[in-house]
Amino acid sequence: MYTPHTPDDIQAMLDVIGAPSLATLSDPPRGLKIKQRLDVAPSRSESEVYADIARMADLNDGARMVSFLGAGAYRHYRPPAAAWFATRSEFLTAYTPYQAEASQGSLQAIFEWQTYMCLLTGMDVSNASVYDGSTAMVEGVIMAAHAEGSKRIAISQAVHPLYRRTLQTYADGMGFEIVELPCGAGGRTALPEKLDGSFAALVMQSPNFFGCIEEVDRAARLAHDNGALLIHVATEALSLAVLKTPRELGADIAVGEAQSFGLPVGYGGPYVGYVSTTRDHVRRLPGRLVGQTTDSGGRRAFVLTLQGREQHIRRELATSNICTNQALCALIATAYLATVGAKGLRAIAAANLQRARALASAIEKLPGYERAHDAPFFNEFVIRTPVAAAELAQRLQRAGVLAGVPLSRFYPAMTHALLVCATEVTSDADIDRFTRALAEEGERAVAAV
Amino acid sequence: MSLPTDRLYTKEHEWVKIDGATAVVGITDHAQSSLGDIVYVELPKPGASVIRSKAMGVVESVKAVSDIFAPVSGTIAEINGGVQDDPATVNRDPFGDGWLVKIATASGEAREALLDADAYQRVVDEERH
Amino acid sequence: MPSLLFERGAAGRGSAFVADAGAPERYLDAAHVRGELPIPDLTELEVARHFTELSHRNFNVDLNFYPLGSCTMKYNPKVNEAVANFPGFTELHPLAPDGAAQGALELLWRMQRELSSLFGMETFSLMPAAGAHGELTAMLMARKYFKERGEADRITCIVPDTAHGTNPASAAMVGYQVVSVPSTPRGHTDLRALRDRLDSSIAVCMMTNPNTLGLFEDEIVEMTQAVHDAGGLMYYDGANANAIVGLCRPGDMGFDLMHLNLHKTFSVPHGGGGPGSGPVGASRRLAPYLPTPLVERTADGSFALAESVPRSIGAVRAFWTHFLAVVRAYAYIAAHGAEGLAQNSRLAVLNANYVRVKIKDLLSVPYDDFCRHEFVCSAERLKKETGVRALDLAKGLLDAGIHAPTMYWPHVVPECLMIEPTETESRDTLDEFVETIRLLVDRAHADPEAVKALPQKTPVHRVDEALVGRLANKGIGLRWEPQGPRGSST
Repeated sequence: MYTPHTPDDIQAMLDVIGAPSLATLSDPPRGLKIKQRLDVAPSRSESEVYADIARMADLNDGARMVSFLGAGAYRHYRPPAAAWFATRSEFLTAYTPYQAEASQGSLQAIFEWQTYMCLLTGMDVSNASVYDGSTAMVEGVIMAAHAEGSKRIAISQAVHPLYRRTLQTYADGMGFEIVELPCGAGGRTALPEKLDGSFAALVMQSPNFFGCIEEVDRAARLAHDNGALLIHVATEALSLAVLKTPRELGADIAVGEAQSFGLPVGYGGPYVGYVSTTRDHVRRLPGRLVGQTTDSGGRRAFVLTLQGREQHIRRELATSNICTNQALCALIATAYLATVGAKGLRAIAAANLQRARALASAIEKLPGYERAHDAPFFNEFVIRTPVAAAELAQRLQRAGVLAGVPLSRFYPAMTHALLVCATEVTSDADIDRFTRALAEEGERAVAAV
Repeated sequence: MSLPTDRLYTKEHEWVKIDGATAVVGITDHAQSSLGDIVYVELPKPGASVIRSKAMGVVESVKAVSDIFAPVSGTIAEINGGVQDDPATVNRDPFGDGWLVKIATASGEAREALLDADAYQRVVDEERH
Repeated sequence: MPSLLFERGAAGRGSAFVADAGAPERYLDAAHVRGELPIPDLTELEVARHFTELSHRNFNVDLNFYPLGSCTMKYNPKVNEAVANFPGFTELHPLAPDGAAQGALELLWRMQRELSSLFGMETFSLMPAAGAHGELTAMLMARKYFKERGEADRITCIVPDTAHGTNPASAAMVGYQVVSVPSTPRGHTDLRALRDRLDSSIAVCMMTNPNTLGLFEDEIVEMTQAVHDAGGLMYYDGANANAIVGLCRPGDMGFDLMHLNLHKTFSVPHGGGGPGSGPVGASRRLAPYLPTPLVERTADGSFALAESVPRSIGAVRAFWTHFLAVVRAYAYIAAHGAEGLAQNSRLAVLNANYVRVKIKDLLSVPYDDFCRHEFVCSAERLKKETGVRALDLAKGLLDAGIHAPTMYWPHVVPECLMIEPTETESRDTLDEFVETIRLLVDRAHADPEAVKALPQKTPVHRVDEALVGRLANKGIGLRWEPQGPRGSST
């Protein structure tokens, strides 16, 4: 199919090699030949493969339904220009830019991505990307642990539950101790007056999982007063366009998820994580870094640098084991940021603020429903529901609406709470349909009593 | 570059010049040449104690990273801020301005593992083959 | 020379893309709102020219041959791109209920089964985002497995001296002490040396087969047996799977855990450094420790994300998988079937041997037996005779529009070049490659200084890595810095 060899080619090449057959070269030794029939469908033509996969894509009703799902993955408008340029063959089929002379396109694009993330977070340095926001948070924690010489980490329960689960998995294997700070009734972290001096870091997400904007500056003072670093996490990178930067708020390390910058929700990935920090911690950054230099002719050039931190040189003493990162996704995000610019990014962020408030006020008009928290929010918030939110969401799904995330999925005690998200693509008609369905379910609940 | 005979050497390519209770330590010309352009030097803090043949710092070049091992035990009396600001000094003048640390060491500290210039030269020659 | 985005643009250029909603201060207290957003406003034409110009400064498989050992830079079929871009996939939210995601779950379930069968494992998790991520996942599983057996004092990880750097890095991340085992003069991992290093502290032995010298480990079954006898686990680094898919299986060799690189063996594009996908396979013994959730088929035939992996390590990332990368790999497998994949492996091995035999009189080939999908050669003799090194040859290839092979690894071979043509390259391309090497070697003898100055035809020539390294260690030079007032960028 994609191999060019004719039978004549094969024979001629075998003659050059001096082997009688392909089998001589490639057969496994002794008893390792595969004996059983493999559970793999027989090969099919391209058109058949295309049709079969199209069939599976069509089965995903969720891709077509009106959706109020957020919680770490966000449906935004993706200007076609961004992907158009970023997914050219020259970027898509390129290798890791280890050979600087052959990779200035990729290297400059990564340098621009690093710059964008610094400008958005207020930090001095940002790396070439990591897998996603959750592993970015883990890498930030590891950086802080090395910096402070401690493996004790304090993290708010209002950080995304799947991010915390990921951190716990790594922590179990790496000997870290994770202590969770509870969330208050107002939807924000209940920060203690003091923090034990043994913590390397305090991890806060803002806007948090419930959509609330946290008092990050207060958390930063608490951390610093007690000898810990403040790690800021953002799952919705668009919020960086309007909220005070992590740096301004006192964060030492800013990490998060930039999927909102032009990447589809794509059933979970690939996304793109960012890890940024101040100059002091540059050597602790995981993964690749692109720096600016000159070539032998005095031209500006970009090159991978500080590779002494990385696995291919430092091996077991590397700052992280990461090798392949999310280069193309970072490029798409860079092209998105270039395409929308400051003007577009602020407008889109404002639209998110506006649509989420339109949704909130429409819902608050419904008897039995109300916003759970008073705290300021970006584009997500929690509503209290008159019936169990999980059941409510199921019924709305049958009515063609993805209602949001029932919090009981992650916080079992919160049975009557639903996390909803509205972005710039949430129309009035969508809100209308949602609120009519919610109203029906609310009435049904009253009637049933 | 010919090997200075006013000091001793280690198999890990450090040199150490002992003057009473102070040992000045650096890496050899062979070491800097193998590493290539040095971009970063990580040194222990003054006051830190170091143990003979244990790693006490790192020299990093564009393509490689190398531990610096303490040739004698003791306490760090002084570090060379100059090489931290300008790591290229180690390449340019490994036996002079490129010194790394001064260790306050107990006199009578074991010297058997240290090599004289000839013995170190033999180590280098063997490595080359 | 292309400008940076931050050197272009002017305030107010471009579009808003959405209906005007006013300023953020309308919705949020000013105390929460940031000041100026210092990113450039560009017209779409400026963006178009910028990225198009950058694209012209990039090697890529669709233009250039990449004989990169251990990377498997094969052709990336475009039908895979098309199916991965179906809106039914791209617009599906990971938290969509299972009932609304049946197509995605079916694809993932089939993929889990097909990979398990192809590689002789009980099941696969598609969660890890890349090979190194998969390695780490497996190390976490091994650690938990031993802890639950009361054998947490097993802290040694054995790795051949030819291993990829991520192997010891991943092992070290979970606290394993890495012990290296040497290779024999014929280039195989030394079974006796391995046995010598096995004691009651062994947790995991990480190997790849064929190894990074491109040689099949003939004693692999003895090795897995020896490690098992000592109470340890065997981990298979799937980076070299392109030599064995459809022909033999790590599970049959005795491996307990493994990872794959979908962006190597299964034609998912490299994207300039990612995204990849690094599924992890486990034998029956280790399957209960896989990350959660896995995809299951329920009694009524429907598919579901099941958080029921009995002793799962947890999750190694927030969401389930690099779904859009898995779709591409699925399409690749669907097109080929098991026999097609096996034939790809055979042709990959054919291509590597062909280049090996033809390059022998130019560069020394230390392990001159039949290789598998890759082989190593050395520029040591050339260096002694002319001063021209592997690095210089690599740069010379760039001038001819051929990407350099993998260099200076494994460390056991001096002035090493690791060459993996892959099966999608034609004999003509391979002949041209060898001919280019011949010209370079000739030139090295005639005029070594000229070769050391290569490349000359690429957009930039050799770069000053020391300069940037020194600045970068101080946190400088890793981003554009504003010079002063300029458009929207201060």
